[in-house]
Amino acid sequence: MTKRKALLAAGMTTALAVTLIGCTGGNGGGGGAGASKTNCTNEIKVQDVPVVTYWGWFEDTAQTVDNFNESHDDVQICWTNAGQGADAYTKLSTSLQSKSGAPDIVQIEYDWLNSFLIQGGLVNMAEHGIEEYKDSFTEGAWRDVSSGDGVYAVPVDLGPVGMWYRADLFEEHGIPVPTTWEEYAAAGEQLSEATGGETLIGNFAPNGAGQHYALLDQAGAVPFEFDNGNPTEIGINHDDEASKKVYEYWIDLVDRGLVGTDQAWTSEFNTALGGGRYATAIYPVWYNIHIPAFEGAEEGAEWRAAPIPQWDGSEPKQVNWGGSTLAVTAQAEDPALATKVAAELYEPQENKELGVEVGGLFLAYPEMIESDYFQDRPYEFYGGQQINKEVFGPAALAYEGVTFSPFSQYYYDESQRLLSEAIAGNMSATEAADELQVSLETYATDQGFTLK
Amino acid sequence: MSATTPLRNPSPATAAAKRGTTLEQKHARYGWVFLAPFAIVFLVFLVLPLAYAFWMSLHTNTLAAGEQFAGLANYVTAFNDQRFLSGMGRVAAFAVVFVPLQIGLALIFALILDDVRSRLSRFSRLLIFAPYAIPGVIGALMWGFLYSPSFGPLVTFFEFLQMQAPDMLSRDSIFWSLTNIVTWQWTGYYMIIIYASLQSIDPSIYEAARIDGASKLQTALQVKVPIVASSLVLVVVFSLIGTLQFFTEPQVLAPLAGNAIDAAYTPNLYAYNLAFSYQQFNYASAISFALGLLVFLASIIFLIATRKQSGLR
Repeated sequence: MTKRKALLAAGMTTALAVTLIGCTGGNGGGGGAGASKTNCTNEIKVQDVPVVTYWGWFEDTAQTVDNFNESHDDVQICWTNAGQGADAYTKLSTSLQSKSGAPDIVQIEYDWLNSFLIQGGLVNMAEHGIEEYKDSFTEGAWRDVSSGDGVYAVPVDLGPVGMWYRADLFEEHGIPVPTTWEEYAAAGEQLSEATGGETLIGNFAPNGAGQHYALLDQAGAVPFEFDNGNPTEIGINHDDEASKKVYEYWIDLVDRGLVGTDQAWTSEFNTALGGGRYATAIYPVWYNIHIPAFEGAEEGAEWRAAPIPQWDGSEPKQVNWGGSTLAVTAQAEDPALATKVAAELYEPQENKELGVEVGGLFLAYPEMIESDYFQDRPYEFYGGQQINKEVFGPAALAYEGVTFSPFSQYYYDESQRLLSEAIAGNMSATEAADELQVSLETYATDQGFTLK
Repeated sequence: MSATTPLRNPSPATAAAKRGTTLEQKHARYGWVFLAPFAIVFLVFLVLPLAYAFWMSLHTNTLAAGEQFAGLANYVTAFNDQRFLSGMGRVAAFAVVFVPLQIGLALIFALILDDVRSRLSRFSRLLIFAPYAIPGVIGALMWGFLYSPSFGPLVTFFEFLQMQAPDMLSRDSIFWSLTNIVTWQWTGYYMIIIYASLQSIDPSIYEAARIDGASKLQTALQVKVPIVASSLVLVVVFSLIGTLQFFTEPQVLAPLAGNAIDAAYTPNLYAYNLAFSYQQFNYASAISFALGLLVFLASIIFLIATRKQSGLR
């Protein structure tokens, strides 16, 4: 009796412990629904033609897809919103793992492409005639979707980084708006002194992975070297001088109490930024829709955009953070057709304007970036500043592109863990960089990569 | 011992068996039919995934080299994995704090509510139980707001006193913040189980105790507690299993307390992140089974240690 009951209890225990894997594995594939051709969010306008399934979360997608379907009688898009960012990626990974349920076209941010590439999840669009569209996109964007000789996605929008700042605070305390990182630190000191530490120059979020990557790129670091033509080889450089310079700069500002360490994407940070705790935010163009939406914003706050501070003012380097692409998954029935649809979704001017006006997108098309329509667009909340002409347009065109990690999530988690240690004072910035290097090298080796 | 004693007299049954289908066999067949809906769900959604997960745990699938049979290599890695082991250590520490705290409070509440009978006590019973009725995720989100260092009520309260509010989401305090959430959520549930078992005690025993000159406290500690010991063992097992599998609260608070809660904060969180963030389904399966094994061992050891109290032997 005893034994049987004990066994039963223990058996149930084990079952409970593993239900997690059992359950979640079981209902993967896009929340049960998977990518079906009949269960679309939008309406299919033309029947009996090939249908391409699409997962995306751009704000304008509903209208953009409708436009596309109305203007095409040879192919239709069946669109589903499978969640934003991480949610969509979890579903995509699970469907790639279970070899069914993935859509034909999927929205993926630039920094995640290599992670799906290494899972064998994406089609090389170069084999399906993507090259002819190459000249429509900025150089940096094209480099971000390429790996070796392959092209694995079509760029849609970019996130050229600038500095959003409180013009009123800088004016009130007579502090010039910084243009270099040296000036930025000095301005931080002045601001802290003038306000008794009430207002800080900015925030260094331990989980600001995308931002950190841009900052590393700006300092000349090449954190990862990866070429899908030779996918078992990888270069990892996190303990080099350039990376350490960036980490040391920010951890030093943290240690001196000149910047905050709020987690990004929390109401904590949003409230602090809205309430005048921080005078600047090093964020991309797409942050313009977030700033006006903060709760309890300080009255009389005047936000403006300026170019990102530089390490060397005489040789400015522009960087990018975020933006999405459209990739074709390995499960696509007709990869050539899917490639064509992905490449042409934002081709018509009407859809581009929907992207700009409804989606708030900074499109990766130089023709659009340079157009008067886009350059002269005033941004009301920012005192009518023409932010595209003054700041982000030039930044996007000057952006050269980077190579992202083939294991983004692990990289971001480890970076956050070690930067948190450095912020807490348990290790120096240099030690954090060294340890990150060791951790990433160990992980890469465990995953079967050879180190360059 | 009754379970091992045959319920029926074997001779007529064996005699009947010779004649072909018997009533017994018919009943047995219906039994299976009635059992089928559960059995199918159980097999398809529990046994099969478990078997598949176990199969996966015996293989490796690296990003660069594909899937290969690996035997117990994943388990060797798991028991040498510093992050898994420190997560295990952390939930063990949680268990040391949670289990006595929750069960102790639950027992005290149950004893008081059992003794005091008034409208207020019924209301209190409901109030203590209510947190259990709130879904875990919602509860954790709510506490995340309460703990918020910039606009939680805690901050307002301390500002009123002109004091610096403690940061409930920092590295030093997150352990106790989580302890608080879980205790709040589960104490009521355990209390109800103990309370129900107290209610089923024959009141004449109390009368006997009173006649023997026992005080209320003596009755509670020396009469009631030993009688409900088997329920106590049950709730301790529940609490132990729940704690070792700690997941929901750290997962929900992680975005708010990223400095304090990392991807391997608890073994379950680690398994989840391995599978769904890092695509290491094989290793995640091994971690899950390793955790399952440790939970199994912990439960067995506890059940054996308390076999007298629980009335199992």
